[in-house]
Amino acid sequence: MSLIQINKVTKIYDGTAVPVKALNNVDLKIEAGEFTAIVGPSGSGKTTLLNIVGGLDIPTSGNVIIDNVDISTYKPDELVNFRLHHIGFVFQAYNLIPVFTAKENVEFIMLLQGLVKAEREKRATELLNAVGLGDRVNNKPSELSGGQQQRIAVARALASKPSFVLADEPTANLDSATADSLLDLMENLNKEFNMTFVFSTHDQRVISRAHRIITLHDGAVERDELIKQNQ
Amino acid sequence: MLTYVTLAWRNLWRNKRRTLIASASVFFAVILALLMRSMQTGYYDYMIDSSVRMYTGHIQIQGKDYWEKRSLEESMILEEEKIKLVEQIEGVELTVKRLETFSLISYGLVTRVVQIVGIDPNEENQLTSLKDKIIKGVYLKNDSRGIILAEGLAELLKVGIGDSILIYGQGLYGVTAAELIPVQGIARFTLPSQNKSFAYVSIPYAQWIYSAPERLTSLSIMIDNPKQLDRIHQKIKSLFDLSDGKENDTYDIMSWRELSPELVQSIQIDNAQGIIMLGILYIVIAFGIFGTIMMMTAERVKEFGILISVGMKKWKLYLVTTLETMFISFIGVLTGALVSLPLLIYFVNNPIPLTGEMADAILAWGFEPILPFAIYPGMFIAQVWTVLAIALVSGLYPINFIRKIKPVEAMRG
Repeated sequence: MSLIQINKVTKIYDGTAVPVKALNNVDLKIEAGEFTAIVGPSGSGKTTLLNIVGGLDIPTSGNVIIDNVDISTYKPDELVNFRLHHIGFVFQAYNLIPVFTAKENVEFIMLLQGLVKAEREKRATELLNAVGLGDRVNNKPSELSGGQQQRIAVARALASKPSFVLADEPTANLDSATADSLLDLMENLNKEFNMTFVFSTHDQRVISRAHRIITLHDGAVERDELIKQNQ
Repeated sequence: MLTYVTLAWRNLWRNKRRTLIASASVFFAVILALLMRSMQTGYYDYMIDSSVRMYTGHIQIQGKDYWEKRSLEESMILEEEKIKLVEQIEGVELTVKRLETFSLISYGLVTRVVQIVGIDPNEENQLTSLKDKIIKGVYLKNDSRGIILAEGLAELLKVGIGDSILIYGQGLYGVTAAELIPVQGIARFTLPSQNKSFAYVSIPYAQWIYSAPERLTSLSIMIDNPKQLDRIHQKIKSLFDLSDGKENDTYDIMSWRELSPELVQSIQIDNAQGIIMLGILYIVIAFGIFGTIMMMTAERVKEFGILISVGMKKWKLYLVTTLETMFISFIGVLTGALVSLPLLIYFVNNPIPLTGEMADAILAWGFEPILPFAIYPGMFIAQVWTVLAIALVSGLYPINFIRKIKPVEAMRG
């Protein structure tokens, strides 16, 4: 059974004068350990697909099965809980809690999960060391560079021990060197821990590292290319 | 929980100036409100205390219907054992016996209607400090057979110490009461009506003049804590078998509220005005807090979306935003109360002296022209409750806002 199964998912936004079909009958399977990029021009449905896979939005028709669970049937509260325990998120604008330190940001997800303090602190320290920010644990986001903040966001995404990480344009705000460094980090996590990453991106640097590239166009899968076999 | 408290607390200081301005508005409102309430309450306490010490006492036992008819026919016999039982009630400080009636007083060609008050000199002095008001002559003793006249009355009659005046009136059961009495002392009263129409004799002498042996028209009772008034009032009533609305043919037992209804009314009117002022003040404060909370909420829509996305349940966000509202409010209320406390203590110990027309008006009532203050824990508790209520109501806004948030839309900003 695949880690993520997207079955005939259609999403229509009908809040506007003319209903917009953002996704059109999308069928996809993503296996554990994949390092997959979803690409396509603006408006092709990348972010909508990511939102639906992440349980942030619900499909108009079709369903999404993650870890053998059909999340399309979940109520909003159940989805929050599901996201907390199964999905890690990395956002384009980092979106860390500005008043928390790096360590507190990483710990916060584990606090929501109900982990005890000692365990939270231990794992947060390990994750920050893993993303190369062991010496910045007590810095607040505003005291760190964009690249460092995005590394914290990765550490935060991994803190909940998710089944996979969804990253929406993670390198869009980073310079080349920082983006490469971040991608190195995510590649290593993928290799060492078999962590599944699904990116939506325009960034050629991300696309060039992806093992699988899914191209969307007008809400439908135009191409699905396997570049590199998972290790 | 501590993490949510920390998060809420740190969120406040993202915009220090705004938080400080919002808290400062509460701070100044609390100081103003406490000063107002302290001044009002202090003034009421002072008016009540002055009023009861001037004459009535906190509670009076009177002969049935005496209050309405003011006649010796409605006087009472109150056994010493009964008085002792009253004095033994916890909180009773003093009892003062009186026999009062109206009579004519003549000296030479001048005659006046005067309120003759038969007193136990020692008890009366403890209640009204009558001895201190003597400006000429000497104070009464229990066996004195002289009279003390109010200064204004003595001037009207043109009498001095040692002159004998004639009392002419009606004693108990229509008996004629007439007596030639030497003026033993002259007392000065601040209340003009009292200063022109009061005269005092010892109670045994009054009972003899008016042929009313063992009779009293009232027993005034002072208590040591006015807050215990209702309890003691009820206790005395039960002593006289008057509790639970029962009627008694011999006695009426009245509190100062019934004895001085005009004072009660003036306090109620003033208090209502004060409460309206406080209400206006707190409405202004509520808008200040609400405005701040609205801004704090509106500028964090994206952040709320992110937090919900990564797995924070909405009720936890409600908790954080409610804590933020509480913090803003309580920084103001606690610092306001802390700063107010020494201020109020100072004013309680150093009442503001009044001058000019206001002072004259207060003097005319027979009170010292000062603006006293009072401190009760209840005043501070009331502020905390009021601000808590404002905070809770203001806190409903972010809760409602977050309730409607859809994470995808919120993250778009």
